[in-house]
Amino acid sequence: MSIATPAPSTELLRFVTAGSVDDGKSTLIGRLLFDSKQIFEDQLEALERSSDLTGGGRINLANLTDGLRAEREQGITIDVAYRYFATPHRKFIVADSPGHVQYTRNMVTGASTANLMLVLVDARQGIIEQTRRHAYIAALLRIPHLVLCINKMDLVGYSEEIYSRISAEFTRFATRLDIRDIAFIPVSALNGDNIVDPSTHMPWHKGPPLLRHLEDVYIASDQNLTDARFPVQYVLRPNSDEHHDFRGYAGQVAGGVFRVGDDVVALPSGRTTRITGIHTLEGPRQTAYAPMSVALLLADDVDISRGDMLVKPDNVPSVGQDIEADVSWMSARPLQLNGKYALKHATRNTRAIVRLLRHRTNIDTLEPEPAATLGLNDIGRIRLTTLTPLAFDSYRRNRQTGGFILVDEATNETVAAGMIADPPPAVPPAVSDGGYAI
Amino acid sequence: METYILSHLEALEAESIHILREVAAEFQRPVLLFSGGKDSICMLRLAEKAFRPARFPFPLLHIDTGHNFPELIAFRDRRAAELGEKLIVRTVEEALAQGIARATPGESSRNRLQTPTLLAALEEFKFDAALGGARRDEEKARAKERVFSFRDAFGQWDPKNQRPELWNLFNARINPGEHMRVFPLSNWTELDIWQYILRERLEIPSIYFTHRREVVRRDGQWLPVSPLLQPRPKEDVRTLAVRVRTIGDISCTGCIESAANNVADIITEIAAARVTERGGRADDKRSETSMEDRKREGYF
Ligand SMILES: Nc1nc2c(ncn2[C@@H]2O[C@H](COP(=O)(O)OP(=O)(O)O)[C@@H](O)[C@H]2O)c(=O)[nH]1
Ligand SMILES: [Mg+2]
Repeated sequence: MSIATPAPSTELLRFVTAGSVDDGKSTLIGRLLFDSKQIFEDQLEALERSSDLTGGGRINLANLTDGLRAEREQGITIDVAYRYFATPHRKFIVADSPGHVQYTRNMVTGASTANLMLVLVDARQGIIEQTRRHAYIAALLRIPHLVLCINKMDLVGYSEEIYSRISAEFTRFATRLDIRDIAFIPVSALNGDNIVDPSTHMPWHKGPPLLRHLEDVYIASDQNLTDARFPVQYVLRPNSDEHHDFRGYAGQVAGGVFRVGDDVVALPSGRTTRITGIHTLEGPRQTAYAPMSVALLLADDVDISRGDMLVKPDNVPSVGQDIEADVSWMSARPLQLNGKYALKHATRNTRAIVRLLRHRTNIDTLEPEPAATLGLNDIGRIRLTTLTPLAFDSYRRNRQTGGFILVDEATNETVAAGMIADPPPAVPPAVSDGGYAI
Repeated sequence: METYILSHLEALEAESIHILREVAAEFQRPVLLFSGGKDSICMLRLAEKAFRPARFPFPLLHIDTGHNFPELIAFRDRRAAELGEKLIVRTVEEALAQGIARATPGESSRNRLQTPTLLAALEEFKFDAALGGARRDEEKARAKERVFSFRDAFGQWDPKNQRPELWNLFNARINPGEHMRVFPLSNWTELDIWQYILRERLEIPSIYFTHRREVVRRDGQWLPVSPLLQPRPKEDVRTLAVRVRTIGDISCTGCIESAANNVADIITEIAAARVTERGGRADDKRSETSMEDRKREGYF
């Protein structure tokens, strides 16, 4: 592979690693960086210095990402490490995540912005609880692409049969999840089989090696370009004589496309106005689309401030104070029913009361089960009431306008990631299998 | 037909602008740490993109070690003046005089002494958020750090207990006396920075380009000879065509031999480089976790 200089026009792909402890996540990332020549001599030197301690003389590729003292000492990954590499086709942001159940919340952190999840399994063990848990998190966080890497193929004699058995088992499980795109790749992270180059040990595998897949997977449609959504983040109001009439509504487009001349509605107030300009430092633009950061100029001097959302009259989100959502609980302090939390949704800070816990999801069976509360790393469906109305979409439609966080007002800890549920169907479905949609 | 796809630089830029505006909206008294180096030069451009035609909603702060390349200080002052933004300078020298910072015998670099100087400045002005130009690709401990990185009342970072950070929803809540370090360039790499400097035609201090300088070979690198660093007997002293890749305390910033006299040449050089930019900084080499230790104490 040639040394990577991404042309300034390359695309960005964010992916997160998942899988149980010791399945080889850190080794795989180290291998991708190493084989795509993104490891530098001084890093290699540092690895060699530490290899006597942890690798018995052999360079430990996992030490490239396990950067904290406690991680090196315990030989595990505790928190997400972000790594970067590029090929002439793409620039990659990798969130190398911890596999331990107790660090699930750190994995959800890495997963929330990912286009793709790379799930590792140990070929000797096949699909285990952690595999299912992580695939479920991918589905819950609506990561559009998943790659199942069946790792340590060197330890099972590069057996096609084992690969096929594991792939089939995962496929059976995944039909119950809503994941758009799943690929399977047999690899040996340690030896580099099917990482950058096709493996000579596994000629039976017809698909591309991992890096090729990461370069080619189609991500342009991951962004919602249908529903125009603009959460107002900050109002630019220069106090200078030169610009004293300027008022720019600054923010990052959270969905769709806005054009100069478009009529817009400000939510939750419902006031309408028109876009008269799109301001950037480079000068005026005619269009702005997700995820650009711009400032909109509006026709009327309407009262719009941070937290409001600008949308188009023919495509409006829900507006309300009662919200049904799946939450991933991230605190050791369990969910307080009827407890009050600070809530942040798009650019709106408000408060919310958790009214109801509908169920907790059993990650193994994917079945909802009754529960009195949610503890650390639990996932469940809640209903909450917000202090002020929110303009929101379901998380399925838009990760930006359908996601929120809950914060403990006493400790300021982020206690939950929330994903707003789909609106209930207008007409109840005629046939029901008794299950819940999750 | 217009395609609705952002390039990687445009996507990074949009993310950084979002972070800067979030800080302006969520904090009472933010500040932007400006050193005159390449990362903070990009930060200033991103701040212009986020807030013009209005003024920046924060002043600039430089923690001056006193061990400087003179070109850098001249550049810093000129850039702040051009932008018409307020620049605050707090020096390690003053911090030493006031007993806020204490020198360790035998340690010539002042990088470590920046920490107490910075913490004292944050306290003096009651800043509740400090925007820094650190990138995750620089170092292993930084690779683990959140974009909004919480600091307790002692300015300390607790790497084992970071707040989860979901989507682009940043939890900005703190109590009085605590503060947030915010890193808008978290996801940028060294190469991205240079590509951005090229794209935006940003002016940078002349020492990033090739120039002839007297350097001495020490600890496997070429260190600039200066009043703070005099060659010892028998050391290899030469005048070479060099440039710096990263700028720190002049007494420990390694120079690399280079003929690059424009940004495009620097990009070619970086892309082919086989050593990280911090490979030239002796302070990071001491131990596998030296950055983590310094960060825990409140370093940038
Ligand atoms: N034989 C073999 N060992 C591997 C492979 N990948 C990783 N390992 C080993 O498995 C152990 C755990 O790897 P690590 O990357 O730390 O796993 P993580 O916990 O998922 O990050 C280490 O001893 C690796 O050397 C592989 O493909 N083949
Ligand atoms: Mg690991």
